Amino acid sequence: MDFLILNKGFPILSVLIFLPLAGAVIALLLSSDNAARIWTLIITTLEAVISLPLYAGFNTATYKYQFGERLAWIPQWNIHYTLGVDGISLLLVLLTTLIMPFCILASWRYIAKRVKAFMICMLILETTMIGVFVALDFILFYVMWEAMLIPMYMLIAIWGGPRKIYASVKFFIYTMAGSAMLLVAIIALYLASAPHTFSIPMLMGQNYSPTLQTLVFLAFFLAFAVKVPMFPLHTWLPAAHVEAPTAGSVILAGVLLKMGAYGFLRFCLPITPQATMTFMPYVLWLSIAGILYGGFTALAQKDMKKLIAYSSVGHMGFITLGIFMLNSRGMEGAILQMLNHGITTGALFLCVGIIYERKHSRELSVSTGIGKHMPVFATFFAIFSLSAFAFPGTNSFVGEFLVLAGGFARHKLITAFAIPGVILAAAYMLRMLQKVIWGGVNNPSHTGLVDLNTREIIVLAPFLVFVFWIGLAPAPFLAVIHSSVNHLLTQVGTLGGTSAVAQILP
Amino acid sequence: MDINAVSGQIESCRLVWAVLTPLLASFAVMLTGHRPNVRESCTVVAAVILFAIIASMGPLVLAGHTLHYTIFRILPGVTVSLRADAFSMIFALVASTLWILAAFYSLGYMRSLREHAQTRFNACFALAIFGAIGVALSDNLFTMFMFYELVSICTYPLVAHHQDEEGYKGARKYIVYLSGTSHAFILPAMVLIYVLTGNLDFAHNISTGILPAGANATLVTVLYIFCLIGFAKNGIMPFHHWLPGAMVAPTPVSALLHAVAVVKVGVFCTTRVMLYVFGVNTMSALNLGIPTAYFVSFTILMASVIALSKTNLKARLAYSTVSQLSYIILGVALLTPAGIQGGLIHIANHAFAKITLFFCAGSIFVATQKKDISEMSGLGRSMPFTFAAFGLASLTMIGVPPVAGFVTKWYLLVGSMQAHQIGIMLVLLASTLLNVAYFAPITYKAFFGKRPAGEVDAGIKEAPLTMLIPLMITSLITLLMGIYPDVFLNFVKAVL
Repeated sequence: MDFLILNKGFPILSVLIFLPLAGAVIALLLSSDNAARIWTLIITTLEAVISLPLYAGFNTATYKYQFGERLAWIPQWNIHYTLGVDGISLLLVLLTTLIMPFCILASWRYIAKRVKAFMICMLILETTMIGVFVALDFILFYVMWEAMLIPMYMLIAIWGGPRKIYASVKFFIYTMAGSAMLLVAIIALYLASAPHTFSIPMLMGQNYSPTLQTLVFLAFFLAFAVKVPMFPLHTWLPAAHVEAPTAGSVILAGVLLKMGAYGFLRFCLPITPQATMTFMPYVLWLSIAGILYGGFTALAQKDMKKLIAYSSVGHMGFITLGIFMLNSRGMEGAILQMLNHGITTGALFLCVGIIYERKHSRELSVSTGIGKHMPVFATFFAIFSLSAFAFPGTNSFVGEFLVLAGGFARHKLITAFAIPGVILAAAYMLRMLQKVIWGGVNNPSHTGLVDLNTREIIVLAPFLVFVFWIGLAPAPFLAVIHSSVNHLLTQVGTLGGTSAVAQILP
Repeated sequence: MDINAVSGQIESCRLVWAVLTPLLASFAVMLTGHRPNVRESCTVVAAVILFAIIASMGPLVLAGHTLHYTIFRILPGVTVSLRADAFSMIFALVASTLWILAAFYSLGYMRSLREHAQTRFNACFALAIFGAIGVALSDNLFTMFMFYELVSICTYPLVAHHQDEEGYKGARKYIVYLSGTSHAFILPAMVLIYVLTGNLDFAHNISTGILPAGANATLVTVLYIFCLIGFAKNGIMPFHHWLPGAMVAPTPVSALLHAVAVVKVGVFCTTRVMLYVFGVNTMSALNLGIPTAYFVSFTILMASVIALSKTNLKARLAYSTVSQLSYIILGVALLTPAGIQGGLIHIANHAFAKITLFFCAGSIFVATQKKDISEMSGLGRSMPFTFAAFGLASLTMIGVPPVAGFVTKWYLLVGSMQAHQIGIMLVLLASTLLNVAYFAPITYKAFFGKRPAGEVDAGIKEAPLTMLIPLMITSLITLLMGIYPDVFLNFVKAVL
């Protein structure tokens, strides 16, 4: 197991996976709504605290998977319970554990019916999300990947808006269709590998035939592109976001969308490097299409959640653009941008949720001019909006800058097409910001509107800290990513064809 | 303080205090909003402190040192860091001096007209100064871009201050032009420069630039064009429309921001990038200077012609600003010592003169509610001090001795002779005549014209002293700077 640094002592990753699940089981026994809320908050906070040593103990000098755990599961088929984190997954695990307590807090009053069931769904969701990011065995990964759909489906279908059934079924069908192909690809890889294995790191670096690589890449691509979502497979996203409750939207934008990009990084690139090189230009152009399409569509939205949902399509386009530039700046920028998008878009959805709790509408026209009545809210909202269009000094700027730098170093023409996307991002974000804070000459009446309470400030403040921390001193975050990205690029470079090596290695 | 004897670099956190002062002032204003006198005192105290800090750096810089301080390290080669060299001192001194005067003036203006939301106004005003000082003291392209963007965002509330249809329309145009151009041109240019060089720090002299010697000439030319038109605050046509549109703002905003801070931020960024990123050597090698000079000549002449056609005083001043800003870029683009000196000294000369003109426009409005030039006939007899100041300041715009504008004209003419550009000399002469044509009649008619028919002298008198004194001070400074130009000229000479 030369790819895994086994963890001796406290099995931190297993605890992270199973603690929320155990919490969910105990939550079944609770009787009152408030008890369920407090219990879930305790469990998610505990989970966040437990996850912090992951960062503290992480060795940034190695690309190997750390905090590893390995148990035989179904030895006949070489299926193992293998866990580990590297620089690519560490930040996503931390993002998940840290965002959850705030989602619970944000749902404190928003969710009024079937509170216990909601909290149980959230806990199970957390288990599966952590599982997806730390699993190093394909079967374990696939179980977690599929299991994740169920609580998310229920979040939308039970606690969603008026068109919740439409949105949840659409979400389910899209993602299921994608993951069906994923299973086929996993089995194909198992059969093609020698010795037969489901271990993800062992499947990397095997010399598969070009045909197999192409087919596996396409199957992977479908599954992950739906999840990202990449244009033109994005249509489930706005529907799901609009109908989902605030916490659902935050998790959807913050964590679930990242799984698609994570899939590209963990599977497509290292397992099928030759196919990656072949399809790279097409993926890049699709990313550009997503950036421009998302931008234009966001500009036309009247519903704030839809606007942010379409902006996500554009932002995720930047992430796939960075990944498939296949150089270290682009890829590091993309990974950082995954984190940034989780923070910024998560915070924006929380802000919209706060408006919704007060005005009972997400229509932009209903909420015009509330800045005068809610100055504290306006300040938070303004900073998150600035971050969303990559204002220099905020987190997204660093990510976007790196993606563009990686892009211009490799494909000037393609990257030039991303620039209109940057302008559009400023346009739709400033438009929303202007309307919410200022409005026009005949704003609707906002009598009785109260500014943020302490709970809401506690929910939003940590996001603000990360916006500026990553924006002004991203070194601690980039240091984590660095070794793994370089290793990944070597993997793609050495196996993706000799012509590519010279361009890829910096 | 730690002086590095070899490079003359001094690590100084005074720079951080200079930038933080207006930011803290803005917070103080927000917190003390319910007590207007305390609130205004915060602004004035901060302005004085800022001026003191900036002025205290002057002697060190003139002694040949460069002050610098790195606040944040973002990526290898990308930092948030500050620098005070002779070039930044020109703008920092202008902005900090005028903030004190503008603080008093806007106090008088806003209270006389009983404007709403004065706390927001003052807070955003301080934030805009924060951005301007940040731009002046930035040590690299990233820091500069950050503060540049900050100025765009923080001045939106000032332009939209009246919150009526016209205000929102002007503000919308303002933000679309400024934000659009910077994202469309500056951002990609900055990323490409980073890709080419691996860092974004400005050079320490005006000749070498930072681009590698073997860089693709076409790419460098494209980058240069992006930087020239991307900083749209510099008012170069065709991206100048935001400036007249922004005149819907209250006059102190037009005065400090749209005559001094904001537009000077644009010009400062443009010239900083021309001299310290591209450098004189690269610009001459690729023959970028003279075409730029002719390109901005179009703006100089065209804006003057448009100014002639405007009857609203603030609109005329706005187009005059567009025209005068291009003088600065023209001077630098000549790439000759005298040309560069003429351009840079004009940053200061134009600032003091144009703020006087806007101050006068605001005083006239407060005293008489008049905005149109035709209504101001004969007004000079009721408001002699205001119109005397106006006359003095317009002489600087025209460029006659002994006021400050003459120094600019002299250096620019010498510069164009050094560059052997007869065409540029003709442009300068034509623009001087145009300046006479649109400025001279205003003062002349105010003193010697007849009052408009049917108007009775309803006891019009000068605006309050808080407004009158600042505008008299600024107009006298334009005179002083003509007679004794060394204060700024020393810094300008230290740039070369």
